[in-house]
Amino acid sequence: MARKVSNTRKAVVTAAAWTMGFLIFFPILWIIILGFKSEGDAIKTPLQVLFSDWTLQSYHDVQERSNYGRHFWNSVILSVGSTLIALAIAIPAAWSMAFVPGRRTKDLLMWMLSTKMMPAVGVLVPMYLLFRDFGLLDSRIGLVAVLTLINLPIVVWMLYTYFKEIPGEILEAARMDGASLRSEILYVLTPMAVPGIASTLLLNIILAWNEAFWTLQLTTSQAAPLTQFIASYSSPEGLFYAKLSAASTMAIAPILILGWFSQKQLVRGLTFGAVK
Amino acid sequence: MITLTQVRKSFGEVDVIPGIDLAIEDGEFVVFVGPSGCGKSTLLRLIAGLEDTSGGIISIDGVDATDLPPAKRRLAMVFQSYALYPHMSVRKNIAFPLKMAGMDPAEQERRVNHAAKILNLGNYLDRRPGQLSGGQRQRVAIGRAIVREPTAFLFDEPLSNLDAALRVSMRQEISELHQSLKTTMIYVTHDQVEAMTMADKIVVLNAGRIEQVGSPMELYRSPANLFVAGFIGSPKMNLIEGPEAAKHAATTIGIRPEHIDISADGPWEGVVGLSEHLGSDTFLKVNAGPLGTLTVRAGGEVMMHPGDTVRMAPQPGKLLRFGADGKAMA
Amino acid sequence: MATAHSRTAARLMLSPAVILLLLWMIVPLGMTLYFSTLRYNLLMPGMETFVGFENYYYFVNQPAFWAALSNTLILVLGVLCITVVGGILLALLMDQPFWGQGIVRVLVIAPFFVMPTVSALVWKNMFMNPVNGIFAHIAKALGLPPFDFLSHAPLASIILIVAWQWLPFATLILLTALQSLDREQQEAAEMDGANGFQRFFYLTVPHLTRSITVVILIQTIFLLSVFAEILVTTNGGPGTASTNLTYLVYAQSLLNYDVGGGSAGGIIAVILANIVAIFLMRMIGKNLEA
Ligand SMILES: Nc1ncnc2c1ncn2[C@@H]1O[C@H](COP(=O)(O)OP(=O)(O)O)[C@@H](O)[C@H]1O
Ligand SMILES: [Mg+2]
Repeated sequence: MARKVSNTRKAVVTAAAWTMGFLIFFPILWIIILGFKSEGDAIKTPLQVLFSDWTLQSYHDVQERSNYGRHFWNSVILSVGSTLIALAIAIPAAWSMAFVPGRRTKDLLMWMLSTKMMPAVGVLVPMYLLFRDFGLLDSRIGLVAVLTLINLPIVVWMLYTYFKEIPGEILEAARMDGASLRSEILYVLTPMAVPGIASTLLLNIILAWNEAFWTLQLTTSQAAPLTQFIASYSSPEGLFYAKLSAASTMAIAPILILGWFSQKQLVRGLTFGAVK
Repeated sequence: MITLTQVRKSFGEVDVIPGIDLAIEDGEFVVFVGPSGCGKSTLLRLIAGLEDTSGGIISIDGVDATDLPPAKRRLAMVFQSYALYPHMSVRKNIAFPLKMAGMDPAEQERRVNHAAKILNLGNYLDRRPGQLSGGQRQRVAIGRAIVREPTAFLFDEPLSNLDAALRVSMRQEISELHQSLKTTMIYVTHDQVEAMTMADKIVVLNAGRIEQVGSPMELYRSPANLFVAGFIGSPKMNLIEGPEAAKHAATTIGIRPEHIDISADGPWEGVVGLSEHLGSDTFLKVNAGPLGTLTVRAGGEVMMHPGDTVRMAPQPGKLLRFGADGKAMA
Repeated sequence: MATAHSRTAARLMLSPAVILLLLWMIVPLGMTLYFSTLRYNLLMPGMETFVGFENYYYFVNQPAFWAALSNTLILVLGVLCITVVGGILLALLMDQPFWGQGIVRVLVIAPFFVMPTVSALVWKNMFMNPVNGIFAHIAKALGLPPFDFLSHAPLASIILIVAWQWLPFATLILLTALQSLDREQQEAAEMDGANGFQRFFYLTVPHLTRSITVVILIQTIFLLSVFAEILVTTNGGPGTASTNLTYLVYAQSLLNYDVGGGSAGGIIAVILANIVAIFLMRMIGKNLEA
């Protein structure tokens, strides 16, 4: 199967692919670089920027002035919290659909998916009013609930496709061995599905971290995650390129790293199992 | 003692098992045998409690178990795919039912080691199932079943994923295990050789119905009907219809290949079509005109060639007669 | 596998997810529908009156609606064209053997993980800014007048930003599809005398069609509701030049406090999205059987 590819051809492809990779990655690379420059240097021409001095000043400024820490923690709490709650609801549901399928299972799955296709803006007004009336505006609890609900269909779907790959006989064996339903899920299914559950977890943390409709609409400061924090830079006050870059770098770094780990599962999760 | 009374199972519209009565005595080795899709697994899973019955009563040791969940039936099952827990070591796999029963760890340890000794798994206790061969996995599955000291063992085609040589030796191991444990075993297979070699009692199933129940030799000597006659025994029994059967006042007559002798003054004549030399035996396919093609077992030293003409004689008293309804006639 | 015990358990364990999603779907959507029939201004609470379809009439008959509708479609189509064509080319390139495949893959995927507000602000300031942006620096170096992207080509600029975010998605999925091509089939075709182009058109393209459809449908769902990128770059302007349906609804309900009108717009957005969703669900549903 493996055939010899001429080295010239490979070199040409390598050059083309690296060029494309570099161009696509360049905006990210650029903010990483600008984050380590002074505000004065950050707005010079690209070449001048490259050869100017490196400094951590912007990182200091961002930490001190704009409460980066609080926003960061809000992002962590919102994304991890909503994902964990969604998992807790979705694992039993996915167990049911994967191992006790009924005539309606397929319809149910499709219906769950269809809730994901409802555009957020369609329910913006009532959600805003509900949040206002229940005093949930700018609260983490309210936002965790919304993020849980918008990601629940994806979590159920991903878990379902992973559970489907586990042979039912193994769960039946556990039942014969005297396991209760709880033990069956806790000691047999969950450990066997760890890779699937982990990638579901990862992908949904990423999606929740980057969610930029509800987080922008329903928070202002106390519960605001990094999406809102960065959006607050959209009205410029003087020289802010370096600080914006430093803040952006900090906002995207954790998720870039998680994302690179989950590239394979990403395809499966985002296409609801339609492409593996 | 496990008793099935009018047990039925249908999946939606399809009656997979239209109604079965069966009694399984303590300590018996019972084999359910029948062609693929005849409902053997379904029947076993009904006994296990992995499926609900659509009707009838299953009682285990005198207790009505029809609605008991599998965990409460004190039965152990060995699956075709072994169904080992891939994330647990062999030791944990075998101990799992004991852990679920809340047994104290020292006793668990003792039983696991005992089972490992019986099954020669001592050196593999800390491996994962993925690191074992097919035969070893099968032993772990059996070990997991025996530690619980169940009322009965259920096996669903446990050997069909093994290669031919291993199948023979595992077959013997399971038989020996039965002799030493003396626990009831219900064993499902589509392979009549397994049924013949292992069973105390064979239950022949066809399309969800019991065709015949009996010891291997009973089934071999006096099959109750054409289906059992054709299914038990290898190579298959010769079944002859037409005038030759009418001579014996039957619709069909049956004669096993080993009950036909090659003899110069035999009543049947035919032309050898194919001869298979196995060394110990020679199987001849003989084209016997109006009788159809007969399979004949001859001695290993018999040298016949395609095209040779032979005369054959059925051994006296070995001819079986079947009526128009397919049932054996006295 | 199923017994009455397990079926009961299954129903119990399924119900939290089902009930939550049902509530999530019915309650707010029902409220939107209800509000869309009211004259309801947030600045005048308690003055709601039933007006029937009036809100829909006014929402549809404002010039901004048609601008927003066409902007939405241009945005979706523009991004789809760039990402699908670019994605196919990139995937074909990356499917070839070359040095450092893993690293290039990681570089190409990265933009997908950047949160929308970051990518929008970075493009707006560091690249498209007419004074300090890189594009302006390049123009100056070439002796050209700098171009103010977000003022003079706001929609195109937003398309570029969004396409940058979604190109990795298309590439990744198409690359996955390419890599799952049956090599034996390819080799069989080669033995049958098919040349490279024939193999590409008769084997690769049909195989990719399904994945391309998936990419188009899923992206459409997300692209119909692009919001953050517009909010932090142009605020829908200048005028309504970069207002899409999502942004229009937001502006009408939360900036102009016209709850009734905003709700009517929300329902129109839902209908639009559902048309696409039906196709997508068909595709995924078919795949469920396999
Ligand atoms: N869960 C099920 N739903 C519908 N039909 C089934 C189910 N399980 C088994 N069957 C049908 O019941 C018949 C008997 O199956 P099975 O008991 O597995 O046969 P065997 O084990 O003898 O090969 C087959 O025709 C099979 O298609
Ligand atoms: Mg079977």
